[in-house]
Amino acid sequence: MLLIHCPHCDEARPEIEFAHGGEAHVARPLRPAEMDDAAWGRFLFFRANPKGMHAERWRHAHGCQRFFNVLRDTRTDEIAASYLTGAPRPDLPSAPRPDPEAAAAAPSRPEA
Amino acid sequence: MTAARVAGYGRIDRSRKLGFTFDGRTHLGHPGDTLASALLADDVMLMGRSYKYHRPRGPVTAGSEEPNALVGVDRGPGRYTPNLRATTIEIHDGLKAESQNHFPSLKWDFGAVNDMMSPLFAAGFYYKTFMWPKSFWRRVYEPVIRQAAGLGRPPKAADPDLYADRYAHCDVLVVGAGAAGLAAAEAAAISGAKVMLVDEQAEPGGALLAEIRVEIDDAPAQGWLAARLAALNARANVTVLARTTAIGLYHQNLVGLVQRLTDHLAEPPEGAPRERLWRVRAKQVVLAQGAIERPLVFDGNDRPGVMLADAARTYLTRYGVRVGAKPVVVTAHDWAWGAAVEMARAGASPVVVDARDTVSSALLAEAQALGVEALTGWTVTATHGRLRVKGVTANPVRGAHVGAGRRLPADAVLMSGGWTPTLHLHSHVGSPIAWAAEREAFLPAQTAKGVRVAGAGAGAETWADALGEGAQAGAAAAADAGFDAAARVYAVSEGLKPTGRRMKEMASHLPSSRQRAFVDFQNDVTAKDIRLAVQEGFRSIEHVKRYTTSGMATDQGKLSNINALTIAADALDKEPPQVGLTTFRPPYTPTTFGALAGHAKGKLFQPTRRTPIDPWAEANGAVFEPVSQWRRAWWFPRKGESMHEAVLRECAATRERVGLFDASTLGKIEVVGPDAAEFLERIYTNPWRKLGVGRCRYGLMLGEDGFIRDDGVIGRVAEDRFHVTTTTGGAPRVLAHMEDYLQTEFTDLRVWLTSVTEQWAVIALNGPRARDVIAPFVEGQDLAPEAFPHMSLAECRVCGVPARLMRVSFTGELGFEVNVPARHGRAVWEALWAEAQKHDGLAYGTETMHVLRAEKGYIIVGQDTDGTVTPDDAGIGWAVGKAKADFVGKRSLARPDLIARGRKQLVGLAVEGATPLEEGMQLVDDPAQPVPMTCVGHVTSSYRSAALGRPIALALVENGRARMGETLHAPDPALGPGGARSAVICSPVFYDPEGARLDA
Ligand SMILES: [Zn+2]
Repeated sequence: MLLIHCPHCDEARPEIEFAHGGEAHVARPLRPAEMDDAAWGRFLFFRANPKGMHAERWRHAHGCQRFFNVLRDTRTDEIAASYLTGAPRPDLPSAPRPDPEAAAAAPSRPEA
Repeated sequence: MTAARVAGYGRIDRSRKLGFTFDGRTHLGHPGDTLASALLADDVMLMGRSYKYHRPRGPVTAGSEEPNALVGVDRGPGRYTPNLRATTIEIHDGLKAESQNHFPSLKWDFGAVNDMMSPLFAAGFYYKTFMWPKSFWRRVYEPVIRQAAGLGRPPKAADPDLYADRYAHCDVLVVGAGAAGLAAAEAAAISGAKVMLVDEQAEPGGALLAEIRVEIDDAPAQGWLAARLAALNARANVTVLARTTAIGLYHQNLVGLVQRLTDHLAEPPEGAPRERLWRVRAKQVVLAQGAIERPLVFDGNDRPGVMLADAARTYLTRYGVRVGAKPVVVTAHDWAWGAAVEMARAGASPVVVDARDTVSSALLAEAQALGVEALTGWTVTATHGRLRVKGVTANPVRGAHVGAGRRLPADAVLMSGGWTPTLHLHSHVGSPIAWAAEREAFLPAQTAKGVRVAGAGAGAETWADALGEGAQAGAAAAADAGFDAAARVYAVSEGLKPTGRRMKEMASHLPSSRQRAFVDFQNDVTAKDIRLAVQEGFRSIEHVKRYTTSGMATDQGKLSNINALTIAADALDKEPPQVGLTTFRPPYTPTTFGALAGHAKGKLFQPTRRTPIDPWAEANGAVFEPVSQWRRAWWFPRKGESMHEAVLRECAATRERVGLFDASTLGKIEVVGPDAAEFLERIYTNPWRKLGVGRCRYGLMLGEDGFIRDDGVIGRVAEDRFHVTTTTGGAPRVLAHMEDYLQTEFTDLRVWLTSVTEQWAVIALNGPRARDVIAPFVEGQDLAPEAFPHMSLAECRVCGVPARLMRVSFTGELGFEVNVPARHGRAVWEALWAEAQKHDGLAYGTETMHVLRAEKGYIIVGQDTDGTVTPDDAGIGWAVGKAKADFVGKRSLARPDLIARGRKQLVGLAVEGATPLEEGMQLVDDPAQPVPMTCVGHVTSSYRSAALGRPIALALVENGRARMGETLHAPDPALGPGGARSAVICSPVFYDPEGARLDA
């Protein structure tokens, strides 16, 4: 279970209090009617899904009910930052990768 | 008698005797015994039958990694636990244990016929054999396999035990209270850090509990251990938990612990929980899980009496049980020589067969001094005996040549292929491991943040290393947690660092195909199976694992994984790191569902929400149904009435006179602020700016993808205040959806949202007499049709309490909804109920509500829609404000696939026959077409209509609105082969299509 820092409550709380809200920094277009189908489709359906640092939205559903953003490394689940909605994404590098030899020996995924 | 208790050894309390039964026979043991040690003391070696071949099996280990000696323990009704490891069960007076997986008895088992047919059951047997003929799978193969498969039998009754749970926080959590764990805990504890030290065994100490030759800090190991534990237990900042398994390591140092509280007690205290699940958030974690000895792979290595060398040593030194008088020690590692020497000291006559040509002269000298015969450069090619090993065939090996065999008598075979560091918890969080060539083992390559691995798990091979590295890990953990900590050094008297050689199968003159050399004891996987998998083209260890099932039993391959890998790597002509190891996943050992469920079962599984009117419904005989977390009155049966009869009566009375309905579960959100109308304008499809104060409108909510998410009536209470209702199940989701847009997109709007679902009790009155019933109680609002037309809202008083009165209808009849503060709900309901009685009215439940709304074609979001339905699909395109520039979902309504022809549209079905269709039935044009048929739609709602006197249904049908009057068919296997119901497509509005009754 992740421990997530809510920037509104300024407390790290267990994941069970939060609801995931998808990728962050995907702003709703101001004039959807002017967008063609392809552009609108990209906004609706296409997400970065990176292996590495991911900016994502969380809502403190069983707390202050407010949305905020988190930077989480999807390989290690390490949370590098949490920040307010509307604030720019902090400029943090992805955590260093394990050395290739170790990675080769790493348990493979997925598993039943 | 060959296995027996011997004097002068062990930590057991010989002054006390405990009586227990195994397969109905009574045995005596001592406090400190496990079931396995007590049975071995009585010369019982045969403890179970294997999973696939039903081969006789005895214990291989003395710990939780045991694959073979699985037994069931019966603690009374509902308290039967299968598949417990005899090597970890503490005995107590009255313990009842039984062996498993045999019929009729452990010694004579029909299932053992599988063993004779074993050539048929090689790896992949199921995949290859049970393919054809296809029909045989369901009728023949599956029932037979299901009958034969599985270990043990599950209990039939509900589990009557109580399971507790607890949260804890600490600075340093140490997993494993062996030498490394103790040293780590001590180093952290002295610094003042809050420390938890947990161990799966009944007493802390790990391998030290079996160590009788080594001195630590000039004290015998056993005495040193007792003193260290006493010192730790005396500290207020230390919690030591025995019988506590760390089942998993999760994100950010959350550790799951299962503490066994009462299973080891003869008489558990009344009401005491059986187990406790701990969720510990530790600032720092030290993993000191130790290491597990590797079995050797040779023909007949599973015969009862063949066990790991260190297990035999542990039975002797910890439990005072010598497992054999004439043990043959088979090894490729120095460690087993210690076991041979200890057995010799206890009066046994061991022979050592070491696969290595040269062994250190010190070992040889020590063995020779005790009269132990040593055969170096030899192999074992067979074991003999049926239910118990009687001998082995040992052969000299010269290069690739295996010489003539020599039969050695043996009543036990002790094997050792070296040690495998236990890295389960380390791997749970995805931390990488790396092959250490000099150690021939995987070791941690990089640990997760705040996690350290110490002791044998990190590769330590001596007590001094384990203690020293443990202390350093503990001190470093405490320092990282903010304490001033230092590691101390321990003085240890011990022999040389043991070394060994990693083995594939032991050399033999027989090819692997002609040997029964087991790799995975619990799943009966042999070396031949692993080689066969490689030969058939499997390259990844994950695929080899699944094809052979090696490592997939309840022990998760604790003994087998490294041997399977070594053999697969050999077959592939690769090094182990190139083949890789399979992933370990929680839990570390099998865990009860009870511990995981804790208190969340029965009534406490989830909350039951009740409305203020619920007690009245209960007193008036309502039948209830769960709707999301609410319990709602489903119907109100009168004496002797079926559900069908009651619902017809409730429907008729409501349409003809008046019915009362508890609608309090409707989601309600108060939307307030100067920009409230603008906010709704953007969130709902309908226009809201011009809605007058005191007026209501049906609101339709879409997702940004254009599909229906929710609906409900919205009333304007004031210029800046709206009363929004949602579906019963959708309230939290709708609020979250609104909050999302308000907080992250429409941040320019001054609007506040408040959930008021539980603040208002809602009573719906429907039927031509509804106005007559409510009128006497209303103050401050003229109810005349002109003064209070359909879709009006007023703040007034009802029964003297402040109310929001709405004139709305979900039945097609004249309808009112009275919202009053929840605390007045029941009193107002009872007043209205008494008045309704004068008009021969009644109360109706959710089933009648469903029928009445379906007769009018009113949709229920989530029943008639499924997340892929647009407003036009549902026939409510009129609710979309065409002139609006934008709202959530508007742009998507113009997506090509949402305006394409052939979408499913909501229609009514006039059903032929007297019984309703099943909801969810698929609809086809031609019921005689071959399977798989082309489905053109499905039934979403289906009821008996009281008003029409026949069954009706709503359905989503491709191009449905253009197909009025056409007949569709619903295949129904219950009617026999080719059976189908038929129905004619019609308007979804079955009743009063002009809507005249709304204005009655
Ligand atoms: Zn918060």
